[in-house]
Amino acid sequence: MGILELAIITIVKILIVLTLVLLTVAYLVYFERKISAWIQNRIGPNRVGYLGLLQPFADVLKLLLKEDIVPTVSNHPLHALAPMIALFVAFSTYAVIPMGPTITLFGWQIPLAVADINMGILYVLAITSLGVYAITFAGWSSGSKYSLLGGIRSSAQMISYEISMGFSVGGVVLLASSLRPIAIVEAQSGLMWNAFIQPIGFITFLVAAFAETNRLPFDLPEAEPELVGGYHTEYSSMKFAAFFLAEYANMIISSALIVTLYLGGWQIPFIERLNLPVGLTVALQVGAFCFKLAVLLFFFIWVRWSIPRFRYDQLMSLGWKVMFPLSLLNIIWVAILIMVFKI
Amino acid sequence: MNLYNIIFYLFAAITLVSAFFVVTTRNVIYSAFNLLLTFFGVAGIYVLLGADFLAVVQIIVYVGGILILLLFGVMLTNKIVNVQIRTGATQILPATIAVGAFSGILISLLVNTEWKKVGTALPGASTTANLGMLMMNEYILIFELLGILLLVALIGAATIARK
Repeated sequence: MGILELAIITIVKILIVLTLVLLTVAYLVYFERKISAWIQNRIGPNRVGYLGLLQPFADVLKLLLKEDIVPTVSNHPLHALAPMIALFVAFSTYAVIPMGPTITLFGWQIPLAVADINMGILYVLAITSLGVYAITFAGWSSGSKYSLLGGIRSSAQMISYEISMGFSVGGVVLLASSLRPIAIVEAQSGLMWNAFIQPIGFITFLVAAFAETNRLPFDLPEAEPELVGGYHTEYSSMKFAAFFLAEYANMIISSALIVTLYLGGWQIPFIERLNLPVGLTVALQVGAFCFKLAVLLFFFIWVRWSIPRFRYDQLMSLGWKVMFPLSLLNIIWVAILIMVFKI
Repeated sequence: MNLYNIIFYLFAAITLVSAFFVVTTRNVIYSAFNLLLTFFGVAGIYVLLGADFLAVVQIIVYVGGILILLLFGVMLTNKIVNVQIRTGATQILPATIAVGAFSGILISLLVNTEWKKVGTALPGASTTANLGMLMMNEYILIFELLGILLLVALIGAATIARK
């Protein structure tokens, strides 16, 4: 495979993934509103298109046409930069998520991930740690106390939960003895899903994912009763939409990461015993990945509309005094599994 | 000039230009933001040299940890205590002499060192396994000592914060 072909394949993969993510975000917002409506015994959006299915496009158009208001006291360059960083972080993490097995197309071996790099999992952790900048810059540059408080809360929260997230990933990496996402998925063949082998790590990662994406019950950075809108109080029009987009894109990336690390990725247990044709197997496996992703996204929305918000001190003591020791315990558990039971 | 050189000079340019702005800009926030680009440029060069683990760790530790804490401190003190933090030029003469002497040492080292070229091939599939082996076998003492150093720093910070 020459460098030109490699570039073309990569660009095509990037375009496909980007389109898929944007479409998923649009309909995720729709489903968030629909599911919240069902939970609260309402009907939800039903005016635009059949069953309100065109609502996301109406929303995007509305946001695009709105006036972009920048406060005079704000720091203009950083105020404009913050939403861009948020979007960059949200989209570039998708590069390493494997959505299916390696396929052979036109004589080329194509892995169904944009980039198959050795440091995949560390790359995700590194890029997500940049997300703090978007929120801190947004909060500081707006020149408003609500924005600043939201930004500070958010960065403190993200830094705290990043630690338990990193330690939970440690257990997965130990078992797969590789940092490559594809190798991690392959290590979970059969029913050796990490969610079953190391349930404590699964729970700590899940909780940390909720905190990292600033979703309820941990949405302190934008707690409406106290902070108006949090770090994006002073944003309007497309810049606000960028933060909104980034939040939902982050939800998808967290779910995709949980699927890859703990739920066996694209694998369907024991599908090889059915002796299906290769094409059908691959299609089913990609379908399985999407199904697991959808279930987790539903879980995210379900939790948001069922559990009340934590208080800030509760959030911090949960992060440092419960989740962090639990993730350390998980590493010890995995080490025992490897040393004593030779998994 | 091949593709490799183009990429190298691109990252080198990013590193140097942003490092220049880190030093010259008056606003500490802009300085910190440019430092972010400098770290990125260095990480890019690490990747180009096949040290992918080092590059990722560079971003996690410096960009995701140290710089954000720095920014935190500046932003908080700046807004809450209402002190304008700006950098200025003071002690120009001693600074010039010190910098001149230091860069003289660096350049003389650069010229006098016999640079060994250890093959141009990139290291194999996994760089982390070898690194881990080295750290846990050959350099175990240094590794443990560094751990203790960090622990001492942590306890010290907690003690100061309690006062």
